[in-house]
Amino acid sequence: MAMLTFEQKYRVRGGTLVGGDLFDFWIGPFWIGFFGVTTAFFTVVGVALICMGAAIQGTWNPWLINIPPPDLAYGLRLAPMREGGLWQWITFCAIGAFVSWALRQAEISRKLGMGYHIPVAYSVAVFAYVTLVVIRPLLMGAWGHGFPYGIWSHLDWVSNVGYQHLHFHYNPAHMLAITFFFTTVLALGMHGGLVLSAANPPRGEVMKAAEHENAYFRDLIGYSIGTLGIHRLGLFLALSAGFWSAVCIVISGPFWTRGWPEWWGWWLNLPIWPHR
Amino acid sequence: MRPLKLNWTAQAAIVIAGLLVLLLVITSFERPPVRSSQNGFRGTAMEQVQNPRTLRQVVARNAVPEAQPAADPPTDDSDKASAVYQNVQVLGELSNAQFLRIMVAMTEWVVPQHVRDAGNGCNYCHNPENMASDEVYTKGVTRRMLQMTRTINADWSSHVAQTGVTCYTCHRGQPVPANVWSTITDNRAGMVGPTGQNRATATINYSSLPFDPFTPFLLGDQDIRNISTTWHPRQNSDDVRIAEWTYSLMIHMSQGLGVNCTFCHNSRAFASWEQSPPQRLTAWHGIRMARAVNNEYVQPLTPVFQANRLGHPEAPHPLRVGPNGDALKVNCATCHQGVNRPLLGAPMLRDYPELNQVSRGPLRTSEVAPVSEAQRN
Repeated sequence: MAMLTFEQKYRVRGGTLVGGDLFDFWIGPFWIGFFGVTTAFFTVVGVALICMGAAIQGTWNPWLINIPPPDLAYGLRLAPMREGGLWQWITFCAIGAFVSWALRQAEISRKLGMGYHIPVAYSVAVFAYVTLVVIRPLLMGAWGHGFPYGIWSHLDWVSNVGYQHLHFHYNPAHMLAITFFFTTVLALGMHGGLVLSAANPPRGEVMKAAEHENAYFRDLIGYSIGTLGIHRLGLFLALSAGFWSAVCIVISGPFWTRGWPEWWGWWLNLPIWPHR
Repeated sequence: MRPLKLNWTAQAAIVIAGLLVLLLVITSFERPPVRSSQNGFRGTAMEQVQNPRTLRQVVARNAVPEAQPAADPPTDDSDKASAVYQNVQVLGELSNAQFLRIMVAMTEWVVPQHVRDAGNGCNYCHNPENMASDEVYTKGVTRRMLQMTRTINADWSSHVAQTGVTCYTCHRGQPVPANVWSTITDNRAGMVGPTGQNRATATINYSSLPFDPFTPFLLGDQDIRNISTTWHPRQNSDDVRIAEWTYSLMIHMSQGLGVNCTFCHNSRAFASWEQSPPQRLTAWHGIRMARAVNNEYVQPLTPVFQANRLGHPEAPHPLRVGPNGDALKVNCATCHQGVNRPLLGAPMLRDYPELNQVSRGPLRTSEVAPVSEAQRN
């Protein structure tokens, strides 16, 4: 069911990485492809396992469903289903689905002869997730270091991991990540505001375009990054936010076991202070 | 897109900055493998994480000295130290053998190494011409410290359980324990705030929190509060300042015990006892114990320490009072010294039953114990 009658002619065949023409078809507006099938498979299995966990837990309240990882005592082994095994298989399915989705994005990029910017951007988010549930647990020696799957339970986990290091705001990578998140929002807000202000002149005037947008920022701060540049900047800011988030958690534990304020001892120990 | 062209000075600056950052990253962090233990339900991140390399050093620092061979208790009254010696005020119930044993042990525990090595261990508290004399100030202090030890072991089993404490728990072979505190006059230099914020001290993990959580909480009995139970602002006595002071105390406890916040709290609800690990109750009693020790034993000794600021002539360092002339007081780190169970939980007191025979009655000669304080015990 195409949304528009003329959409058909924009559909381009080919560009697949796996499966050749076999899955190169559309269902409604959605292109399928081999990785569309694997995405659907992992999603269905993973969500079914989450429902199984909820049934075992005895709640269908979406806020309270909690799929916790195994006890640390299981190390990097497989755990029984009711004692964290569910979490392990759900993690497996989640990574399967996320990676499939990224590869499907890559196939569509190839199909349309575009760059890989979207799959690369999406992969940074997947990388952050994999850092949390695979890389950091591997570095610390137990799957139990992963975060639990639950709306409230994962927030409790985040809070406690922060307080494992006394004061997480002193984590240098956390500082960078937060700065990038805020800057992303600032840049997106200003970009949206600028475009809308140019596109919505007072009644009776013509719509303004890029020249006005550039002039506006040159007047304001002496520089305009330009129409393409603002999107490069936005991508950089957003990906940096995700990347440093992953860094800030992977260093907490594997590469720093103490309070984060104490890490800044190197600064206090620089030979530039009068009394030290 | 035009390739970015930088002159070679800029290129060199970027390379040098990059190398400095790399050096910092390599030298300032730790590395896997780490050791972790779970103290809550799986997935809650109630975990202690430790660096095994650092942990080995901590274990080595917390070894217990070998116990002296046990001594027999008194057979009859004539064997008691009170009958054998003169002016025995707190250890009179011991047998002569026990009395000598605990004297030797205390010398090892408290008298500085170089004094012991010179064969002057006894003289650190006694006049060798007249052992019964109270003229050396350290003897009077020792009596109160023995009574303090007894009080901790007898009245504070809620905190020290049956493991108990000995002189060595804090002193570790030094006349002044390594971790003590005194009040500090704030000079407000640089960016130091009115509560001492931005004064980086190890006590509070070098964070920007009030640097002295001890005066309000371990000497005074200010409310230790973090989370408001009512809406801001109106009739809410808990403000950010109190929360930060509390946070500062908590960071000290964490540093002193070598644990993180989740050892005693589930951070989803810090104040909720129902959701806290049982260790929090032990710590709650510990705060009261440190407060009682400071108020009943350490603070009343202030005049004695002020009269002997430089300490014993044989061991004039460190000063026995703080910059404001107050006695050096205890906090959690004084006993704990970086581990959650002092001396890694070794039941040292068991080997020294003499310490359980200390009399807590009022001292006859000492000016160090106000009568009211002594009676309270």
